[in-house]
Amino acid sequence: MTRKQRRLILIGSSLGVLGIAAALVLSALRDSIVFFNSPTDIVEKKPAAGTRMRVGGLVKPGTLVRGDNLQIRFDVTDGNKDIAVRYQGIVPDLFREGQGVVTEGKLDGSGIFVADTVLAKHDEKYMPREVVDALKKTGRWQEGEDAGSKPK
Amino acid sequence: MIPELGHYALVLALALGLIQSIVPLIGALSRDAALMRLGTSTAVMQFAFVSAAFAALTVCYVTSDFSVVNVFENSHSMMPLIYKFTSVWGNHEGSMLLWVLILALFGAMVALFGNNLPETLKANVLAVQSWIACAFYLFILLTSNPFLRLAQAPVEGRDLNPILQDIGLAIHPPLLYLGYVGFSIAFSFAIAALIEGRIDAAWARWVRPWTLAAWMCLTVGIAMGSYWAYYELGWGGFWFWDPVENASLMPWLAGTALLHSAVVMEKRNALKIWTLLLAILAFSLSLIGTFLVRSGVLTSVHTFASDPARGVFILAILVFFIGGGLTLFAWRAPMLKQGGLFAPVSREGALVFNNLFLTTACLTVFVGTLYPLALEAFTNEKISVGAPFFNLTFAPLFIPLLFAMPFGPLLAWKRGDVLGVAQRLMAAFAAGLVAIMVTFVVMGMSSALAPLGIGLALYVMTGALVDLAERTNLFRAPLSTVRMRAAGLPRSTWGTAVAHFGIAVTLFGIVCQTWASERIVALKPTQVVTLADYDLTFDGMTQHSGPNFRELAAKFTVRSGGVVIGTMEPSKRSFASRNSSTTEAALLTRGVSQLYLSLGDTNEDGSIAIRLYHKPMVLLIWLGSLVMMFGGGLSLSDRRLRIGAPKPATKSSSLQPAE
Repeated sequence: MTRKQRRLILIGSSLGVLGIAAALVLSALRDSIVFFNSPTDIVEKKPAAGTRMRVGGLVKPGTLVRGDNLQIRFDVTDGNKDIAVRYQGIVPDLFREGQGVVTEGKLDGSGIFVADTVLAKHDEKYMPREVVDALKKTGRWQEGEDAGSKPK
Repeated sequence: MIPELGHYALVLALALGLIQSIVPLIGALSRDAALMRLGTSTAVMQFAFVSAAFAALTVCYVTSDFSVVNVFENSHSMMPLIYKFTSVWGNHEGSMLLWVLILALFGAMVALFGNNLPETLKANVLAVQSWIACAFYLFILLTSNPFLRLAQAPVEGRDLNPILQDIGLAIHPPLLYLGYVGFSIAFSFAIAALIEGRIDAAWARWVRPWTLAAWMCLTVGIAMGSYWAYYELGWGGFWFWDPVENASLMPWLAGTALLHSAVVMEKRNALKIWTLLLAILAFSLSLIGTFLVRSGVLTSVHTFASDPARGVFILAILVFFIGGGLTLFAWRAPMLKQGGLFAPVSREGALVFNNLFLTTACLTVFVGTLYPLALEAFTNEKISVGAPFFNLTFAPLFIPLLFAMPFGPLLAWKRGDVLGVAQRLMAAFAAGLVAIMVTFVVMGMSSALAPLGIGLALYVMTGALVDLAERTNLFRAPLSTVRMRAAGLPRSTWGTAVAHFGIAVTLFGIVCQTWASERIVALKPTQVVTLADYDLTFDGMTQHSGPNFRELAAKFTVRSGGVVIGTMEPSKRSFASRNSSTTEAALLTRGVSQLYLSLGDTNEDGSIAIRLYHKPMVLLIWLGSLVMMFGGGLSLSDRRLRIGAPKPATKSSSLQPAE
């Protein structure tokens, strides 16, 4: 084999592997990514029931109801529109009314969002960035609100 | 006074760094030995000054000097002493200081132990290393100064983020940084080689120990982070494909590829240009990781505070080093001489196969991590790319890699014989097949893929042993001969086998999580919950108070087959200073399997929500990484690489410091 043939084999197999990887990535990007929506997005765009997505905002005060068997219901709000969320399981430590939350799951037929994952912030400074953006859109977010850590 | 001294030491380190960035380069150009040697002393002095700065910050933390903003925001006088030390790097400014400390440490080590390097190469390497250091000194001094003072010292600090008050934080970041920053040496060597326009097999031999050391630290650093997330975040998972985790995985993949291609370069003088490129890429990915984590582009537990100025600064560093490195590569690499020839089926071929799959896997992680950011920047759509994406892309690329792994070490250099190797691997194939069948019989058909994974793990483990058996003539020669041959094997051969074995151990642990089971229930005292073979009785709640928190603990008695085997006490801690709480999971280890119990909310009727997992073989995931590190260590201790060790002081140097 000449140097040229060897190089061709090398380049050919590299392109082959890269091609396979590209195909895998493209198909995975089509099937396995999850879009983020604010409650306003959902009310306006009305995505089909059963589509997997993330919904984020604040847990609306006064809407948190705990049921049997670790069932909970609460409304997520971005200050403009609300969406009802149902979840069964243990919520994170810092999940409480009035705090930022991101939930992942599907809309059921009646417009209730059935979440299988609830993410809250890690500490009092942290607010999920998606939630900040959703709140900014509705004007409920004041710049510098999270910068309370710097003493004057 | 002490913070000002620390600040001043850092400024001095910058000044030294600037000198070291230029003078040795000029020395190398003009062949002036004195100028070149200057780099050696400045590198050591830089390390001394950065250590002083780091020590100053540590003193501020240990003495709880709340007049320093950084200490005020991240410490508390009641915090246990160990966390006062670890909180030095439990925040943005301090962790960047740790970063430059390690950078300076590596620079000083090259300066001290690199006596056998050609003078010009050493001078250039130290200069490039100093460019990186200067960029980060400037970053700290201009945007993230840890020594800023408050006009009036508060009486009490704000405490460290409670989930960071953990022993895992003591080990994980320094190890991870040793890995990230260790690749800077490979980068500096690559840039120095490009500047000189000359590269040979000896270059690979000089770079390999540094890369190996960095890789070992990164391996265990990632594993430690994974274990910390497992027990501290309360979700029971060991890997979330979180962008921050991916940021550490990418340099690991590139670094692993670099280790392997450097072998080809050293032994066969081939793949030179590719190895240079990998050296640049591995450190570039470390920088990208730092950018992702530190800039606030991503929000996670690692994002201590986000400040756009910092993001822009790190982005500038990133563009300068990655762009500059790649441009220099594109310009100079074609001038380097081509290396030796080899057939596609050969040890070299196998290592190329390894590199191809590792870099492609790295690329898919890169796409999965950065695609959401790019999409948001261009279309404003927000998406999340999670585990399903990586299971569909990363896993299919790793399977052929693992399958080919036992073949590599058994193939001959230049021209190998696949069929011959396959014959020698018969034992490994058999072990894999038996493992698949046994798993199917014992665990049932519930998962079709998992038994194949177990088979693959057993095949790779046996393959690593076959490699050793073949080389020592085990079962064919008398035992005394075997022992002699085993003693005569290079340490790097042992290292390869052990590290490959370690990968299989980790794989085994990961696959076993298919059979993990989980229960989420609400329990009242005296009630029993059953999972796998274990019965847990809820005995009741107790209150404790720790140094800076109050703790509500639930006590459980664990029985297996009616016999008490232990108690578990998961708890919730509330930290008044930060108005936040953490969930402390309880772990009960049985062999290498674990029971995992964490608490949820207390309900009005007095019951408490619990999350209970049974995780079979879970410890193997992290033990595998220790085995890998041990393999790396064996390889590092190979005689061949010890040329970097300091020589006895026989050479008299022309520059002796006056006493």
